[in-house]
Amino acid sequence: MSDKLGTTGLILNEPLVWERGKPGRTGFSMPSEDVPFSPLAEELVRNDLDWPDLSEVDVVRHYTRLSTWNVSVDAGMYPLGSCTMKYNPKTNERQAGLVGLSDAHPLLPAPLCQGALKLMANLEADLAEITGMNAVSLQPAAGAHGELAGMLIIHACLEHRGERRSKIIIPDTAHGTNPASAALCGYRPVPVKSGPNGILSPDAVKAVMDRDTAGIMITNPNTLGLFEENIREISEIVHFMGGLVYADGANFNAVMGVVNMGCAGVDVMHLNLHKTFSTPHGGGGPGSGPVCVQKHLEPFLPVPRIVMQNGAYGLSRDFPLSIGRLVTFYGHFSVMVRAFSYIRSLGPEGLARASQLAVLNANYIRERLKAFYHLAYDRPCMHECVFSDKKQQAHKISTLDIAKRLMDYGYHPPTIYFPLVVPGALMIEPTETESRDEIDQFVDALIAIAKEAEENPDLLHDAPKTPKMRRLNEVEAARKPCLAG
Amino acid sequence: MRYFPHTPEEIDQMLQVIGLTRLEDLFAGIPTTCQKTRAMNLTAAWSEWELNDLMDAVSDSMAVPPAYTAFLGAGRYHHHIPAVVTALKGRTEFLTSYTPYQPEISQGTLQAIYEYQTLVSRLVGVDVVTASHYDGATAMAEAALMSVRITQRTRIAASALIHPFYLQVLKTYLKPTGYQLIEIPRDASGRTDPAGLSDVSGLAAVIVQSPNFLGCIEPVSAFSDVIHHAGGLCISGFTEALSCGLLKSPGSQGADIVFGEGQSFGLPCAFGGPGLGMLGTSKAYMRNLPGRLVGKTHDLDGNSGFVLTLATREQHIRREKATSNICSNNSHCALTAAIYMAALGGTGIRKLAEINHSKAAYLKSALKQAGMTLPFDAPFFNEFVVRFPDGFDRVYDRLIDQRIIAGLALEPFYPELKSHYLLTVTETMNRKSMDALVREVSA
Repeated sequence: MSDKLGTTGLILNEPLVWERGKPGRTGFSMPSEDVPFSPLAEELVRNDLDWPDLSEVDVVRHYTRLSTWNVSVDAGMYPLGSCTMKYNPKTNERQAGLVGLSDAHPLLPAPLCQGALKLMANLEADLAEITGMNAVSLQPAAGAHGELAGMLIIHACLEHRGERRSKIIIPDTAHGTNPASAALCGYRPVPVKSGPNGILSPDAVKAVMDRDTAGIMITNPNTLGLFEENIREISEIVHFMGGLVYADGANFNAVMGVVNMGCAGVDVMHLNLHKTFSTPHGGGGPGSGPVCVQKHLEPFLPVPRIVMQNGAYGLSRDFPLSIGRLVTFYGHFSVMVRAFSYIRSLGPEGLARASQLAVLNANYIRERLKAFYHLAYDRPCMHECVFSDKKQQAHKISTLDIAKRLMDYGYHPPTIYFPLVVPGALMIEPTETESRDEIDQFVDALIAIAKEAEENPDLLHDAPKTPKMRRLNEVEAARKPCLAG
Repeated sequence: MRYFPHTPEEIDQMLQVIGLTRLEDLFAGIPTTCQKTRAMNLTAAWSEWELNDLMDAVSDSMAVPPAYTAFLGAGRYHHHIPAVVTALKGRTEFLTSYTPYQPEISQGTLQAIYEYQTLVSRLVGVDVVTASHYDGATAMAEAALMSVRITQRTRIAASALIHPFYLQVLKTYLKPTGYQLIEIPRDASGRTDPAGLSDVSGLAAVIVQSPNFLGCIEPVSAFSDVIHHAGGLCISGFTEALSCGLLKSPGSQGADIVFGEGQSFGLPCAFGGPGLGMLGTSKAYMRNLPGRLVGKTHDLDGNSGFVLTLATREQHIRREKATSNICSNNSHCALTAAIYMAALGGTGIRKLAEINHSKAAYLKSALKQAGMTLPFDAPFFNEFVVRFPDGFDRVYDRLIDQRIIAGLALEPFYPELKSHYLLTVTETMNRKSMDALVREVSA
């Protein structure tokens, strides 16, 4: 390829923020003082705060320069597997920024915040319809928090039945956060291997499911990008032993309009609004991880819940079996506004189309690349496809080298070394918002890299060369932690 | 749909490469028993025009400043957000990137979060602060679990004057663990009573919030002294980060773990979320911290740069033995707070905090002069409790008609505090509005 997207340009250096500025500068407009100064007792007051003073121009230059060192979805394809880096619509930002939504105090008396409560109630109903579940709480602050909510609900349900169980089944194709979420509820994860086709077999579940096992945490579609087609049978096995089925819905972008999780036997699941429903990741959050349940688990949902009383919306804590409160207020409201705007902008056909095109893009990449990279499971995939570095190892090239070389071509690398079930995994999730042209260029870059691996491996070993930094020493960072300046 | 770039011809060509004819064929592997039997029953797609109209109507229906004068705080605060903060946080290089797993092309986020960690650690008086948590309440719950891991003890004492919602979250997190939670009662001055901390031996930690839910400044050192003698940890925090610009930091008063809510630093109230969970500790307990940390290192050419570090504590490496399950945090809120802190500066935060206190002190003394009862005499920052005459709820409703929200009724939280209201005053409140409130409540 002669025309690489990645190139070196003018990259401005920028010191640490406290190395800028001078004492006495300010970037803040103080309000006029219309009341007398009221001192606090000397012994309560500090005199030791060492923060820099910057002008507004200092602040603008500093953060603008920093921002140019980031790669983002707005700048280009960001095919991180299991992260669903789809385009984040601009209109959603406009809606979330509306003054009545962004400046609303959470403790407003209910008659003064009907609009926000109604929006949340509508979003809950929409998510129930999209998943095929019966009831939703928007409280969980992120995906892992939604997992925790799900585990707490299972724990509370079993406790209500008078049972204490100590284990939970987690397949090797589940998301990485699942074991830690289960451990917070005191459950010991029981690992189960997926079958040779990357799919969990009912027999494998049957072999470990017993009456001391609370249930299963199954990621569906799983982290290999495959639909767990035995989920109904597995659910029956788990239910027969009195357990509950938790589905990690982080990959729901593959199956909107297609799958009904309720019919699949799922009791409780979570969604990631910052994946499937297009809200921006913000460099690592805030996300939102609504928890969705079947009717029989509704009494255990977090409180407060939005209720309709005498024709008006309100918040109620009057659910004695609830797991309790999960965040200070009601969850990440401004993320919900964005997701609501997205669902309304697409409508039911648009959402279903999004999943179709996401799966189309992933399968197209799988097909175009499989002659050049080892495909971990050679079968049709859902929203993502997983390759490995098996073919490139002969040239002493690793997944890390391939990922870093992709940066020189102008792409954010895929997720690497995950899922663990595929050694040297390269997990590619294009999402539906990448065009065929964009994907072709990305695929061509990966093919060119596969050739370089054979002919000029040092190009990969030395990569990346075009970004601001070359490879960073992570061992040094962990051995001698320097976490503040 | 304008977000989908595919033309019908491209779809056909791509299907051909895969060896399929229809988009529906892509889902052939999903058993029909798991499939939806009908189209989703959702509202049909809206144009951007329709969406704008509807969302404008929702927004217009909400009671927000400046149309409303709201003396509300209790965990979310109306502070002025400079335009520079809104503009910079909206740069999509920050907004539309993922967690900085690939440091070479994520240095913007990484340096900004390293600076955030530094500024907040100086603010709260500890060595290390995490890259963020969801909010103050979840940060406090994580702090409690952390104290159990460090001390190997399972009893925790928490002040009864911690934000009631924080205590509820803590109970949710503790429920499946079987760890015991003891509440330390309040005294007549509106503070937590150190004498109420009877059996300290065997405690993992004591948790206090300062300023507390009644707005009063707590004697944090008294609690840290007592618990340190008993071999436990002191956990201290705040719901109003701006107070740290004026008051002694939790770390300087002996707190081993500090939690807090950072919403005051440039984040709008947003009907309660997202906020910004702050969590920090000393170097000694650094490896027990949950959540992400950014650290300094060098690249192959010896240039300084930043990476996510100490990942061996985290869920994707340690699985069920991780210090927490947290993965996505509130990174963009931390970035926003960092921009706000940079704009405010060391001189500015002191001044702004003083203005907040002076304005609150003005309203408090004006209410006293108007004959209202002020039940608690402990020092306060920008929130305080006033006891209005019995039957004030009717006045409260009348004031709402005049677009004044006269604080937060405390009775739902503390049944014994009938007719008690928590009033909050920030720099956004002017003297005229405060005088109007005093006039109305004493009419």
